[in-house]
Amino acid sequence: MSELTHNPTPLERIQSAFKSFGLPRMIIAGMLVVLLVAAPFVGANFWMQITNVINRFTWNGVLVLAMVPMVHSGCGLNFGLPLGIISGLLGATLSLELGFTGPMSFVMAIILSTPFAILLGAGYGWLLNKIKGGEMMIATYVGFSSVSFMCMMWLLLPYHKPDMVWGYAGTGLRTTISLEGYYDQVLANFLQIKIGDLVIPTGSILFFALLAFLMWAFLHTKTGTAMTAVGSNPTFAKAAGINVDRIRLLSVVMSTWLGAIGILMYQQGFGFIQLYMAPFNMALPAVSAILIGGASVNKASITNVVIGTILFQGIVTMTPTVMNNMIHMDISEVLRMVVSNGMILYALTRKTEVNR
Amino acid sequence: MSNQAPLLELKNIKKDFYGNQVLTDINLTVREGEVVGLVGENGAGKSTLMKILFGMTEIRETGGYGGDVLIDGQKVSFNSPFDALAAGIGMVHQEFSLIPGFTVTENILLNREPQKKSVVSEVFGERLNTLDRKAMKQKSEAAIEKMGVHIDENMVISEMPVGHKQFTEIARELSKDQLKLLILDEPTAVLTEQEAQALLKSIHTMSENGIAVIFITHRLQEILNVCDTVVVMRDGVLVQNVPAKETNVMEITRWMVGRSVAEGAISRREPPETRTIMSIRKLWVDMPGETVRNVNLDVREGEILGIGGLAGQGKLGIPNGIMGLYQAGGTVTFDGQDIPLNQPRRCLDSQLAFVSEDRRGVGLLLDESLEWNIAFPAMQIHDKFLKPLLGGLIKWRDEKAINAVTREYIDDLKIKCTSSKQKAKQLSGGNQQKVCLAKAFALEPRFLFVSEPTRGIDVGAKALVLEALKKFNRENGITIVMISSELEELRQVCDRIAIVSGGRIAGILPASQPSEEFGALMVSSVI
Repeated sequence: MSELTHNPTPLERIQSAFKSFGLPRMIIAGMLVVLLVAAPFVGANFWMQITNVINRFTWNGVLVLAMVPMVHSGCGLNFGLPLGIISGLLGATLSLELGFTGPMSFVMAIILSTPFAILLGAGYGWLLNKIKGGEMMIATYVGFSSVSFMCMMWLLLPYHKPDMVWGYAGTGLRTTISLEGYYDQVLANFLQIKIGDLVIPTGSILFFALLAFLMWAFLHTKTGTAMTAVGSNPTFAKAAGINVDRIRLLSVVMSTWLGAIGILMYQQGFGFIQLYMAPFNMALPAVSAILIGGASVNKASITNVVIGTILFQGIVTMTPTVMNNMIHMDISEVLRMVVSNGMILYALTRKTEVNR
Repeated sequence: MSNQAPLLELKNIKKDFYGNQVLTDINLTVREGEVVGLVGENGAGKSTLMKILFGMTEIRETGGYGGDVLIDGQKVSFNSPFDALAAGIGMVHQEFSLIPGFTVTENILLNREPQKKSVVSEVFGERLNTLDRKAMKQKSEAAIEKMGVHIDENMVISEMPVGHKQFTEIARELSKDQLKLLILDEPTAVLTEQEAQALLKSIHTMSENGIAVIFITHRLQEILNVCDTVVVMRDGVLVQNVPAKETNVMEITRWMVGRSVAEGAISRREPPETRTIMSIRKLWVDMPGETVRNVNLDVREGEILGIGGLAGQGKLGIPNGIMGLYQAGGTVTFDGQDIPLNQPRRCLDSQLAFVSEDRRGVGLLLDESLEWNIAFPAMQIHDKFLKPLLGGLIKWRDEKAINAVTREYIDDLKIKCTSSKQKAKQLSGGNQQKVCLAKAFALEPRFLFVSEPTRGIDVGAKALVLEALKKFNRENGITIVMISSELEELRQVCDRIAIVSGGRIAGILPASQPSEEFGALMVSSVI
């Protein structure tokens, strides 16, 4: 009674591969290739460009990875990522305030941000369990309001370390805090490889790979399987005896924690802690990166994260240099906005509800 | 009876939904002032026939119908309910469509109010006419009068008892001057005894006024009391059309359920005289549309118990409530231990399993592979298909074992698929149902609830599914409770059949009893 198994011809295989890759990804990948090819002709250093792309990938990779758990549990894209970022910022500033320096300050930042991430994530998860179906909209506002709230707190919290607070008043944190002497490039410099102009930040890549591996492994465990099932059909999961709310809560906490680690990674590469309105602009690029990588609102894999981050960050880093050299005008920011928002819009219209 | 052309004539009405024949050659004649009682099991085609008559758009969207509808001898073809209304057909649906904040009069005459011209409307057009309250009152009073009941026409709908709302709906149809034929779709379903009596009386009054009524109900006694003719439908065919005086409830039930099933197909196994494995006491379940009111039931070890009954009487609520998917109360004892209700996990831990009637909503992970669908519950509940890593700290998914068990069930149940990695949503309904069964079998339960296992699947798959259930019961000694709206199917598979009526168990009979007995139980306390 078994149905005939249809063996696809090579042409059909290419067609289906094309189809699964998707038009938007194709356009973006094509654009990236064009930029790479054009770079040497307009006078930009090719290997330096590649170095830049790799660097930006390692800065942002973990933030994009933070999207994965919530997508799997059906909470949608984590527009509330600023909440995780704030946990990370609290950890970072506390680590500095307590006088840690060098690589130790990075370790302490991770450790100190963890309780904040768990606490804030749990509250956020509890909220999302109350409003099933409208997660993404509520998440956006959670992100916005938490950033605004922290704008006040950064001024009011009793930080005293001289290189973090405003010079005149002696209270309130600065908008940008340099990490020199703390954990600036601690991972990037670990086992760094230099070949001419090409610099590979091995440590950062390894750290990202470690987190990505842990995420992948988690999704292969019993709980990870339950998380995917909850996202795929919550009623099915409930009928299989799974506590749906608990799994969702776990996914939100994981997402928030990864957001905290993500911003620490970013600071480590970038060299500065950015406070106040900075977390505001971190969620959208991460969301669009994972979407460009081929994830949908309820399906995402580690491959989506890697491909998406490379494509998105590639475009963002390559465009300014190449375009500036070509037409002497800075359109990179405009392009970034168009790509990121356009991608989100595209993905949301593609959102397919499970047919009931 | 007049000798002119009958008010309504249906000639050879046929209808199929995507190749699935639901109505075959329906011929029906309704005369002026005649009351026709239309009965049939759920899915017999009553609603579809009424939808055709009322010109519902979904009929046209699904490819129209075959045959002719004649009104006063003239062939008509309705494109929308508005055409039907204009031709003098009124319909009262099961659900109310009234505005709660308006009075009876306002609801009855909504958008058809008598109007008065004023200076303003003379200038700015008739949309600014004022309502003629006096005329409205008269008209609604007249309409209520036609039913022969008393309702305060100034009362606000939201403050009314259900029965009066139903009368308001009918009055609205009656207030239309052109009304000749009124279709009432289970109007007594929500009414109390007295209200239903009043309604039946008003149907009499309407018929005396020359209005024909088509009356759909599950309460057969009502039909006999009020109707001139009884029309019985079964599986899309009009099987009987007799004067009400010449028949009785028993006969009608036989026509309704009596299917030409080969006698040999009916299960002849003696119900096993074993100990009671599950006893249900005072169970109530708040499942919308399938409320369980008070169920007491004992299930014997190793038997297949069928639960049948008409739709909406609560048979589906029983497994859904026990398995914790809907709010429930009462006591359920399984193998000497109390099962706490409203906690799906606890039932599953006691080795109960449930195949839901809602395949796509509850039964399947549509976007995941067959492997996941089949292995998932067993993995989560009994830690099967998992490899312990780091001394059991991590429970790793064992893809190989999952693949093996899935292949086994694909062969066993003859699931048609391209591979075990195929997504569940790509399978046909019958094969999806087999996946649901495989999922439950993989749990290796001691007790299995199967709800509507053959709903919406083709004949071949049906036989396979029923056979698989029988085999599972016989070979592994698993107790099965099967819920189905198809009585004949239950009689083929089950040892004993319990009939649910009005949220209670109306009776339990061996499967070998004649179908009329079951039919009588089905309608015994219908609400």
